[in-house]
Amino acid sequence: MAVTAAASEYALEVIDLKKAFGGLVVTQDVSLAIRPGERRLIIGPNGAGKTTLFNQISGDMRPNSGQIKLFGAEITRLAPYERTHFGLSRTYQIITLFAGDTLEHNVTLGLLGLRPQRWQMWRPLSFYGDMATEARRTLDAVGLLHLAAHPVSDIAYGEKRRVELAMALAQKPRVLLLDEPLAGLSNTERSTVKSLIASISRQTAVVMIEHDMDTALDLAETVTLLDYGRVIVDGERDAVIADARTREVYLGN
Amino acid sequence: MQFWIIQGLNSLSLGGLLFLLASGFSLIFGLMRLANLTHGAFFMLGTYFGAVALRNFDGLNLWVTALGAGIAVAAIGGLFERLVLTRLKSNPLGQVLVTLGMAFIISDACLVLWGGDSIPVPTPQNLRAPTRFLGFVFPTYRLVLVGCAVATAVALYFLLERTRLGAMIRAGVDDSQMARAVGIPVSNLFTTVFCLGAGIAGAGGVLGGPVLSAYPGLDADMLPLALIVVILGGIGSLLGAFVGSFIIGFIYTFGTALFPELAYIILFLPMIFVIAFRPQGLFGRVGA
Amino acid sequence: MKWLAAILLAALLVLLPFCSGDFYINLASQILIAAIFALSLNLLVGYGGMTSLGHASYLGVAAYISALLTSRYGWGHGPAAVISLAGTTAMAACFGVIALRATGLGFLMITLALSQVLWGLAYRMSDVTNGDNGIAGLTRPMPFGISLNGPAAFYWFTLIVAITAFVMMAIFVSSSFGSTLKGVRDQPRRMAALGFNPWMIRWITFVYAGFWGGVSGLLYVYYNKYIHPASLSTTSSAEALLGVIAGGSGTLGGPMVGGALVLLLKNYASAYIERWNMLLGLIFLFIVLVMPTGIVPGLSKLLRRGWR
Repeated sequence: MAVTAAASEYALEVIDLKKAFGGLVVTQDVSLAIRPGERRLIIGPNGAGKTTLFNQISGDMRPNSGQIKLFGAEITRLAPYERTHFGLSRTYQIITLFAGDTLEHNVTLGLLGLRPQRWQMWRPLSFYGDMATEARRTLDAVGLLHLAAHPVSDIAYGEKRRVELAMALAQKPRVLLLDEPLAGLSNTERSTVKSLIASISRQTAVVMIEHDMDTALDLAETVTLLDYGRVIVDGERDAVIADARTREVYLGN
Repeated sequence: MQFWIIQGLNSLSLGGLLFLLASGFSLIFGLMRLANLTHGAFFMLGTYFGAVALRNFDGLNLWVTALGAGIAVAAIGGLFERLVLTRLKSNPLGQVLVTLGMAFIISDACLVLWGGDSIPVPTPQNLRAPTRFLGFVFPTYRLVLVGCAVATAVALYFLLERTRLGAMIRAGVDDSQMARAVGIPVSNLFTTVFCLGAGIAGAGGVLGGPVLSAYPGLDADMLPLALIVVILGGIGSLLGAFVGSFIIGFIYTFGTALFPELAYIILFLPMIFVIAFRPQGLFGRVGA
Repeated sequence: MKWLAAILLAALLVLLPFCSGDFYINLASQILIAAIFALSLNLLVGYGGMTSLGHASYLGVAAYISALLTSRYGWGHGPAAVISLAGTTAMAACFGVIALRATGLGFLMITLALSQVLWGLAYRMSDVTNGDNGIAGLTRPMPFGISLNGPAAFYWFTLIVAITAFVMMAIFVSSSFGSTLKGVRDQPRRMAALGFNPWMIRWITFVYAGFWGGVSGLLYVYYNKYIHPASLSTTSSAEALLGVIAGGSGTLGGPMVGGALVLLLKNYASAYIERWNMLLGLIFLFIVLVMPTGIVPGLSKLLRRGWR
């Protein structure tokens, strides 16, 4: 379960984050402040450094300097798995599910990650009936209960995206990072996933990366525009859209 | 004083030998990301070819023999690469296992063909007279080995830095996917480099013959050394292979002379430290 | 259905000494020892996704410690076995910390290097290990005063250990932890994102595999009453790896079949074919090229098709 951190106004704070690969600077003095339950959209052209930013927040990459705080607790030096215990969850651009396993098993693993039963060396997973029930409930919430016993390799791409989402949501995160959750989806699939995202509880702050502005705008309350690793515009959705710099970044490049 | 000079020279000549062994291994590892566990066997094959040729054909030139053995071993390597390794492109673990299997096959084949006794290789006539320098006497051939290593290093440097083939190899080492995308025939390049690496090992084996002799188990003795040199020097770096060879040459020679019982620990400790704390080695661009 | 087959198999195994001569009983003992060793390696290779070329170290070190304590220092077998296993497990713990600094190829090379160091020590420190001569004239333990010198007695002893090993390792891989191990094998990044600690999971498995490798080492030295540095060599590790991969690393049964096969080929092919290593190499090539998932999965697929 998530560790209680010192009381703070922000769910997720990124402070002056910098990341460079040799001479190439991919994150330049990026600062973000996300309130509990907020819906933030991060946009920017290809190569703007959005996924790199996510990688640093989730711990897959180490920044050169700067800080990351989750509900006031400093997580900059923590390993990825430790951050999950602080209430952070994320999905990836590339599907990284367990292809040979059933949907139910995939979601169960999502539940297991935060529980002490993961160290249990003689009882099988099937022993924990309450986890199975919870997993099925989560699958039901994303409309995939009927496929629970199917291996992930058998289902459609859009359904896989929903499983990814289910796994992340199963952990009841306080901050959820979604990396291009709508990429590669057909129109019907897209509206299904969008309504799922819209229905996420307000206990979870959602930070979403989308390359295509139009698809995700209605899900966002606030928007951050990145370009060349820098924050260009940051604020309420309508203000950012109207901002001249936004058009410049997308059309001027 | 005598001890230090002699061991110093032995270190240098071992370093030279190791470079002949490790340069090919480094090329293959750097470009193909393949730990070629057959490499020791390629080297041994060269030693056996050289031993048999030089003993049975009096007056055969050492350099010609080395070239011939190099070509023969390169051919064997090329066949292996084309017939077996290319089929396992998506299975890097499988590739390592088949190179291990091939090593077993070659080493047993040598046993069958040439028996279990050690075959000493005669030093070429014109290099038998010892060199005198500053009142010390050095076996000339060992000095020659150092020269061979330097010559090979220069030749490889020229190949890699000044030729089109070398440019393609360097591109492939940096990013093989990108190289393929810009039209470099990576598959043929792999075969060429594998042949080149095997060939250098084979030729090196001949040149190492007078110092090492051809014996069963030579491959198992040489392979770990190649591994250590390349890990220490850094994968994909010719300079790393060169420097690493001589560092290991010194560590091994002085280590065995001063602490014979701990020889293996002294040898492997650097490698373990490097992988654990500095995976890119001294000069490498890619981690293990 | 599976339970019935298992009980039947167990019954057959127990009754074996009543239906066969000494030669086959001894062979069966050797196969059981090879099976335990292969199972322990498979924890790493098949379930953990960590290919090791140094697993013979654990067999060899346990064997050597037991040999030295009993023959040179006159220890009883009970305490010697305890210290052997404790020492081997401690060694696995240390080696694991070093080897797990890397994954994939780097891991493979560190395990190779570490086992070469041990082999070199066993070979060179002749005052301690008797070097190339090995340590001979060893004895078998006498649990509860029962002599294990007869083939049948030793066989039943080994069978009890083998069944225990199999059951314990089966429980381990089917447990909740086993599921996380397989998860880390398949998608380590995803597992870390879900809150699992991949390093710790791998390290625990590494230590456990080393422990069972040590158990097989004890049985090995009891059976042969002799230990030699070759048991620690890379060839030995390679043979074990071949057995696991040839048999099928994704299953429990596969490595046992593979280990048995390698043992049979090694001990009996060498009577007909002088060059055992060449055969080993060719088999490696064949399996990797033609049956990469291994014999057991390959056969069971054939059988399933035949059933229809």
